[in-house]
Amino acid sequence: MAIPENKLAFEGGWKYSPAPESTDHIKVQKKYELFIGGDFVKPESGKYFDTINPATEERLSRVALANDADVDKAVKAARKAYNGPWSRMKPAERGKYIYRIARIIQERAREFAAIESLDGGKPIREARDVDIPLAAAHFFYYAGWADKLEYAFPGRSVRPMGVAGQIIPWNFPLLMASWKVAPALACGNTVVLKPAETTPLTALKLAEVVADAGLPEGVVNIVTGAGDTGSSIVSHPGVDKIAFTGSTEVGRIIQKTLAGSSKKYTLELGGKAANIIFADAAIDEAVEGIVNGIFFNQGHVCCAGSRLFVQESVAEQVIRKLKDRMETLIVGDPLDKNTDVGAINSKAQLAKIESYLEIGEQEGGEMHQSSCPVPDKGYWCRPTIFTGVSQSNRVVQEEIFGPVLAIQTFRTFDEAVSKANNTPYGLSGGVWTDKGAKIFKMTQSVRAGVIWANTFNKFDPTSPFGGYKESGVGREGGLHGLDAYLRLEA
Amino acid sequence: MATKAKQQESRVPVAKTYKIYIDGKFPRTESGRYFTLEGGKGRVIANVCRGSRKDFRNATVAARKAQAGWAGNNAYLRGQILYRIAEMLEGRREQFIAELKLQGVTQRAAQQEVDTSIDRLIYFAGWADKYQQVFSAVNPVASSHFNFSVLEPTGVVSIIAPDESGLLGLVSNVAPTIVGGNSCVVLASESMPLSAVSFAEVLHASDVPAGVVNIITGLRSELTEHFASHMDVNAIVFCDGARKTAKTVQELAADNIKRVIARADIDWSRESSQHPYLIRDTQEVKTTWHPVGS
Repeated sequence: MAIPENKLAFEGGWKYSPAPESTDHIKVQKKYELFIGGDFVKPESGKYFDTINPATEERLSRVALANDADVDKAVKAARKAYNGPWSRMKPAERGKYIYRIARIIQERAREFAAIESLDGGKPIREARDVDIPLAAAHFFYYAGWADKLEYAFPGRSVRPMGVAGQIIPWNFPLLMASWKVAPALACGNTVVLKPAETTPLTALKLAEVVADAGLPEGVVNIVTGAGDTGSSIVSHPGVDKIAFTGSTEVGRIIQKTLAGSSKKYTLELGGKAANIIFADAAIDEAVEGIVNGIFFNQGHVCCAGSRLFVQESVAEQVIRKLKDRMETLIVGDPLDKNTDVGAINSKAQLAKIESYLEIGEQEGGEMHQSSCPVPDKGYWCRPTIFTGVSQSNRVVQEEIFGPVLAIQTFRTFDEAVSKANNTPYGLSGGVWTDKGAKIFKMTQSVRAGVIWANTFNKFDPTSPFGGYKESGVGREGGLHGLDAYLRLEA
Repeated sequence: MATKAKQQESRVPVAKTYKIYIDGKFPRTESGRYFTLEGGKGRVIANVCRGSRKDFRNATVAARKAQAGWAGNNAYLRGQILYRIAEMLEGRREQFIAELKLQGVTQRAAQQEVDTSIDRLIYFAGWADKYQQVFSAVNPVASSHFNFSVLEPTGVVSIIAPDESGLLGLVSNVAPTIVGGNSCVVLASESMPLSAVSFAEVLHASDVPAGVVNIITGLRSELTEHFASHMDVNAIVFCDGARKTAKTVQELAADNIKRVIARADIDWSRESSQHPYLIRDTQEVKTTWHPVGS
């Protein structure tokens, strides 16, 4: 007797009432200056740019545009702070400042979450439960390293690098800032941080936190702007270390720019992770893992599980369950606590995603999108999957950075491995099976820096993160993340 | 007696043809070219293969093919194979000393270089099943997951060996690369290439699988850029102090985000020049998560 399969019922079932996060408690100024040498200062450029809410296309604030002269000012302020109080301070005292940052972020977590959601379009639930708590946790974790660094690298003595130039993306704005700033400070460096031009607000709020925590002026400097500002940081001779998270394309340019200099660098670049489902996996859990892997944060995740490989015998079942599950996802107001998929971060990113949807269909892929309504204003993309695609399709090879999943099947273990590794990227991967031995063989065979087995998209300050191959150089997080901000000496 | 001595003098020694080492074989360069290594008074010591881009590409194919199998060997075995290389080198100690002298190194310095090379191989052989324990971690994540980070080899590594140290410089860079499970393609010292070729013979006799170490002789000015730019090489170890070349190497390496490990101006004879961080340079950190539950 065939056992009837449980199926989610979404017609005529629960209806969700709106549950918007209030924003009356948050403070966003009409205009933000650059944070240099402990003060908010007007930009030498005299220019400002808009940061908008991608869910409403309305302006949230105007933000200063840093040019070469501004970056130079910031680097000099950082150098002065490095030569001055920061490198002379007892490591334990340095750590206490970083602990303060962690605590203040925790205290102001709700405000940060709401602003992150407004500025970047991510669901408030994710900002509240993932981005902001993890950002605070990163500061708390690295604060404790400040006076313990000599235990991290046996046989070596360690020294800070000096001034770190840090450039972060728009997908996890405050979290990426914490990944960069916390270890840099713990290791005794001072920093010049540039947030992404579409999501500068929480970095500027972090500047307030830094000031409130009483850090010596110039230890943390925050300059806002787009690619030109970033390139000015990269090529500034006063910077000793570059940390960049972003696309492989830009990472390549940075690596070339740094050629011949003695600057140390870490690059966290693109990805096209394989999420591999074996027939013996717990299928319902795996489907949740697929959804989390590709639709978390609208798929704006460098380690997103954007390539799905399903063992042939369960492919039909998995895809059917996945389509059912996609129907339950609510796309819309990021501030609504019921929302699963928020707004696409920017108009440009939406255009890029939409161009890939066209490419995918042109190349013969079969596209399926969930049928949910989306708001009229703002930038939206429904959860999307492609079936009938093969290894050479562009939607399989290239990073889309959106809620778009390319699905392929496999028969044998070896086929799954060879398909999974057939990419220039190597940031992350997922494997779903109930067989322990298979898990270990698969996690050893996939050439990527982070492997999630029977889970996906998990992050922690103690857990090193970073890519193989063209997904980057170096690690962030954990003990291994200290290396990027230290000189190791015999 | 006189006749006997005369007979001995008339024994014509057999000169060695110095060839390159690719995929466990000793071919001549496919290009058919050579460069001349001269001793004192312009005397020709050897016609050395002037390796080509094609040789390098062939070697890289062999290295890629060999890498996974080599890395798949257990650490104990890799350690024993490195130890075996040292044994073979010890057995041919006199030959290597003579060859270094032929290339202009004094007796004393040559002896020291060979002895240190042997000891260095033993040093890294011993690290084979230990560096993982030193550099790995179990990470205490705040969620209910078991999370650990281990080292895995970067993959195929190209090595521009030090020019000034024909044997020891080569050994000091090859040993930490392969002990960690990488395969490599090495550009030998241009001014002292003979020891590298003879070292290939030692490797060949030491159970090092074909393709794990490939050694090419040739001109740095011609080959460095290919070592840096090849899209199927994961890392380049670059032992050359020239600033301009370093810049070119970095620029070309960026095309596939190659890891660039610069090791210029290192005195390889010093004991402080051997440490496990040389192994770590060509390793990747892999972090694995698994839920903890019932």
